[in-house]
Amino acid sequence: MFAEAPVTAPPYLATLLWLAPLPPLVAFALIALFFNRYRQLSSTIAVVSMLASTVMSFIVFFNVWQLKDLGKAPIRSTFPWLPTGDTVLNIGVGVDPLGATFLFMVPLACSLIFIYSTGYMANDPYYSRFFAYLSLFGGSMMGLVVSDNLLTLFIFWELMGFCSYSLIGFFFRKPSAYRAAVKAFMTTRVGDMLLLLGMAYLYTQTGTLSFHEILHNEEVLTKLAETPAVFGLSAAAAIALLIFGGTVGKSAQWPLHVWLPDAMEGPTPVSAMIHAATMVSAGVFMLLRFFPLLQAAGEHNTAFLVVALIGAFTAFMGATIAVAQYDIKRVLAFSTISQLGFMVAATGIGAYVAAAFHLLTHAFFKALLFLASGSVIHGVEHGHHAAHAHHAGHHGHSSHAGHEEEHGSEHEEHAHDHDFDPQDMRNMGGLARRMPITFATFLIGGAALAGVPFITAGFWSKDEIFADAYYHGLVKGDGLATLVFVLLVLSALMTAFYTTRQIVMTFLGEPRTEAAAHAEESVPSMTFPLIVLAVFALFIGFINVPKDFPVFGALVGGGAFWLKNFLASMLLEKPEAPPFNAVPVLFSIVVALGGIALGYMVYGVRPLTAGQTDPVERLPFFKFLHNRWYWDDLYRAIFVKPMQFIADRYSEAVDRGVIDRILEGGYALGARVTKGFAEFDRVVITGFSDAVGRAFRAAGDWVRDLQTGQVQGYLLSSLAMALVILIVFIFLFQ
Amino acid sequence: MSLLNTNILSVITFLPLVGMLLVLLTPPRAVRTIQWGSIAFSLIPLALSIMLFVSYDQSQGGFQFVERATWFPQINATYQLGVDGISLPLVVLTTFLTPLAMIISTSVEKNPKAYYALFFLLETTVIGVFVALDLILFFIFYEIGLVPMFFLINQWGGANRRYASFKFILYTMFASLGMLLAIQVIGLTSKSFDMVYLASEAGRPFTERNPANFFGWDTSVWKAVAFVAFTIAFALKIPIWPLHTWLPDAHTEAPTGGSMMLAGILLKLGGYGFFRLVMPLFPDVFGQDLLPGLTFAQVLAILALLSIVLGAFAAWGQNDFKKLVAYSSINHMGFVSMGIAATGLALSPSSTVREIDAIIAGNGAVLQMVTHGLSSAAMFAMVGVLYDRAHTRDLNRYGGLWVMMPIYGAMLIFCAMGSLGLPGLSGFVSEFMVVRGAWPIFTLYTILAMAGLLVTGIYILKAIQKVLHGPLGEEWHHHKLPDIRFTEILGVAPLMGAMLVLGVYPALALNLINVGVQGLLR
Repeated sequence: MFAEAPVTAPPYLATLLWLAPLPPLVAFALIALFFNRYRQLSSTIAVVSMLASTVMSFIVFFNVWQLKDLGKAPIRSTFPWLPTGDTVLNIGVGVDPLGATFLFMVPLACSLIFIYSTGYMANDPYYSRFFAYLSLFGGSMMGLVVSDNLLTLFIFWELMGFCSYSLIGFFFRKPSAYRAAVKAFMTTRVGDMLLLLGMAYLYTQTGTLSFHEILHNEEVLTKLAETPAVFGLSAAAAIALLIFGGTVGKSAQWPLHVWLPDAMEGPTPVSAMIHAATMVSAGVFMLLRFFPLLQAAGEHNTAFLVVALIGAFTAFMGATIAVAQYDIKRVLAFSTISQLGFMVAATGIGAYVAAAFHLLTHAFFKALLFLASGSVIHGVEHGHHAAHAHHAGHHGHSSHAGHEEEHGSEHEEHAHDHDFDPQDMRNMGGLARRMPITFATFLIGGAALAGVPFITAGFWSKDEIFADAYYHGLVKGDGLATLVFVLLVLSALMTAFYTTRQIVMTFLGEPRTEAAAHAEESVPSMTFPLIVLAVFALFIGFINVPKDFPVFGALVGGGAFWLKNFLASMLLEKPEAPPFNAVPVLFSIVVALGGIALGYMVYGVRPLTAGQTDPVERLPFFKFLHNRWYWDDLYRAIFVKPMQFIADRYSEAVDRGVIDRILEGGYALGARVTKGFAEFDRVVITGFSDAVGRAFRAAGDWVRDLQTGQVQGYLLSSLAMALVILIVFIFLFQ
Repeated sequence: MSLLNTNILSVITFLPLVGMLLVLLTPPRAVRTIQWGSIAFSLIPLALSIMLFVSYDQSQGGFQFVERATWFPQINATYQLGVDGISLPLVVLTTFLTPLAMIISTSVEKNPKAYYALFFLLETTVIGVFVALDLILFFIFYEIGLVPMFFLINQWGGANRRYASFKFILYTMFASLGMLLAIQVIGLTSKSFDMVYLASEAGRPFTERNPANFFGWDTSVWKAVAFVAFTIAFALKIPIWPLHTWLPDAHTEAPTGGSMMLAGILLKLGGYGFFRLVMPLFPDVFGQDLLPGLTFAQVLAILALLSIVLGAFAAWGQNDFKKLVAYSSINHMGFVSMGIAATGLALSPSSTVREIDAIIAGNGAVLQMVTHGLSSAAMFAMVGVLYDRAHTRDLNRYGGLWVMMPIYGAMLIFCAMGSLGLPGLSGFVSEFMVVRGAWPIFTLYTILAMAGLLVTGIYILKAIQKVLHGPLGEEWHHHKLPDIRFTEILGVAPLMGAMLVLGVYPALALNLINVGVQGLLR
């Protein structure tokens, strides 16, 4: 598939790279400044801008996707940004193989989410505002992808943080929404601070922040590996770990994962943005960018170890928690955490391509799952209102009042609606018949997540991770990789189980509420993106089919391992690729099908009926899992509360209680001394003092009417005093 | 035009005094004329200073547009003005903020004539401090500047204005007395008040060439006295923890326009003093041990760290919107101090600090002064806009106001994000540069300072949330608050624009600052 003759990229690509992130950013400005009162126009501008961005990105992508050595000589364009003495820090845009693959996925997914949002948000009073934020969000992610240096990456990274904060808290009158927003911003900020330090460190050591100049430069990498830092780490490892801190925050890895499940407080398209196209992908994307730094630190170095362990642990933990959730979006949220753990763990054991592959496939099927779940919620809400109207005999027209309620509408009459949770899977059931497109696409997304063999993208990418972990662990005897393999296999088993549970509880059996019984399929603007994403969730896996894989390897022919070959030029030092091995493939088939079978046996054979207890509640540690291992409570007790305590007490206790006390003491002492001075003053230099004082008083006459003389007199005499001292000095030392 | 060509700095400095005279000549009842006339007039110094900014020759560097005149020959004091890459941005900041603060102040009802007159006086003195190249002149501007500020707080301030204004004046006067003493000693030692000469090898005070032997104390003692006096005076102004407690009171009680000037410009006099006087006159002191095992620079860095962290915690703890913003200044100005400590250490002859690190830290510190000037002024303006409507500053009484004030809400979020240091806006660039510059020099303190940066996020989000988010506060159901008015937008939008422009392309200011900081370090 890669051309033998050198294919050269046309020169206009660099210009396109500059332009690609701009339309959504401009759209944000336009909507915010001028068009915020025009709903239709706002969403049109947003969608069109994102599509424009997509077209430009695709032009870039399809110009470079066959370039074999793009990684060695990425297309770049830079300009000086920060003067630093005689040198200057350049920033710019660039595209290398990793960036190119993201230039394909990000704008495509964003565009679909934008289109979906026009339907989903149709009845929201702040429709324009939503599209303004969404545009900024998409534009920032585009900017992040085309950045050729850590500084601009960080800038867009933080802008996305701001967007996610704003969008998670979009229903700003709901306390749970703004709390979730603050939590997301602050939790990721912890990681961002580490990243900021890592950036400062890297910049100090190398004098640049350009990815290519640092990460594709043997000399710089060697120097970083040889420079000692602290705790026996090399500078390379220390910087890599600090930067990884940013990934932990953004990609919701333990211990900073707590924000992501709460982030579903935002409207569902936002969840799709955060969980798939933008936020969390950015974290792993950056980690992959800095993979050469991890490599430079040496095989089995601490940084690799930390990355692998955190990833594997997060994958496992996330999967266990997802099993015990009822909220349809919360299940997906923890599955995201878990799947991101897969990618991070893969990076930690050196499976660079597998991690990138899974990141790509996951983005498609997770966007699909979130949007489909949004469609479900929409449908159930609709059903709820329809049922309500049916019984009460009025409000027939208010079938779409849902969003207004989410916005905390003050109408008392809707108060009782808050008891009904349209996101709780226990309130669903039997939706397959009512919402066939949503069901079919959700099923495809779920199958990809569970890793159904051969026909879903998730299978191929997850299998790739297994192959690497198995090879490094069980074939080559690396303990860490073995541990990672075991944890990931268990997680994959649970993934298949909870996905089946989710699908069955939501779509199969009989409706457990009136709302579910009256649910209706969503509008085409919402179902169309689902269908497109479903196609990708099925077939995107074929971009990296192993060459020796039975049947399929032959089927794709020269296209086998496209991603691997494309990404190959990113790294100076190629990680060892495992030869084809049937054992891990069998593992991934068995856990996927086994998990599904288990799920079907528990839930599918006799679906839950209304009021029936969910079988998982019989698990001995259900409460522990349902309460998310109590991390939130732990953090509240050991971080939030003590910090709040300091903040509440500090200014009274220290500023007023100590510092001001001391100063008041000093003032009292000073006053006594000054009295003595004044005496001396009066006797020795009365003349001077009076003359200057008079002059000042004359100058101050115009403010006299403002106030009683005392304050002014005091001030003037102190000023006079200052001048007197000055004059005395001059004459004494003349 | 020849006056403009040869004496442009004097013109810029004293034009506001002309404005003051014009205000004083206007009948007090012509309120609109006074207000908008003043605003229009204040655009002249702004235009001139922008001209100055554009025509400053960056390739040459150093002090430019220098003016010299005999002034006080008996004591070798001269009338001498000039600007370099450190002072010029601050001059522009001053002339930029003054009209904006005046626009925001159009809501002042009590005696606008005196108010605007004082504002012009304030502008003259502040510009004077930045352009003065003679110590006596510097001091006089510095000192006279206290007068208008005192009255602005004392006469137009909030409920607790008397206490606040006295605290302000006592603190600063106390510090000024020490500085005056130091200036005298320096004048006697080096036989000159010329700041350029004093910063040169030949003119530097307290050296073998220029010893000080008065009252039987030797050079080192006088040097210590002078150094401590300067440091305290400027540290208090920045302010550096623990000399900061005047600030929350003064800033909170001052009228909105006064707070904008206080936070936006007057605090910068402290940072500027370090760059203009402490570093050039005492370059070796930063590397000397102040406490056992701790150099002065390290102590300064630790205090900067405490300012950053404790300032942030204190801001978080406030339930008074204006006090929260006031405390945020301590937090942000901590980065200026941190940058100063890093840059100062590089001046020390025994230092092993790489020049590039020091320059980045210094650039960051100067830029942080500018960006904090923009963001804090904007935040105080936004607080003032809200206070004018709600007549309360209690964060717990607001809530959900975004529904009623959509434009205000969006602007508040923008300004708050500028204050938070969101990348894309100017605060980020300066903070990043300080962090980058200080990293190799004070690694541990830089790491610890991240705690402060973290809490910065908390208090900013707290402010946004308490004002805009959540259910609408009880009392506002029947008391509608109008959205921000056009005049008020006019006062804040330029600040927002400046934050954005400097955030996207910081070289606009940094090219100049870089020249200034390089000049200082060489």
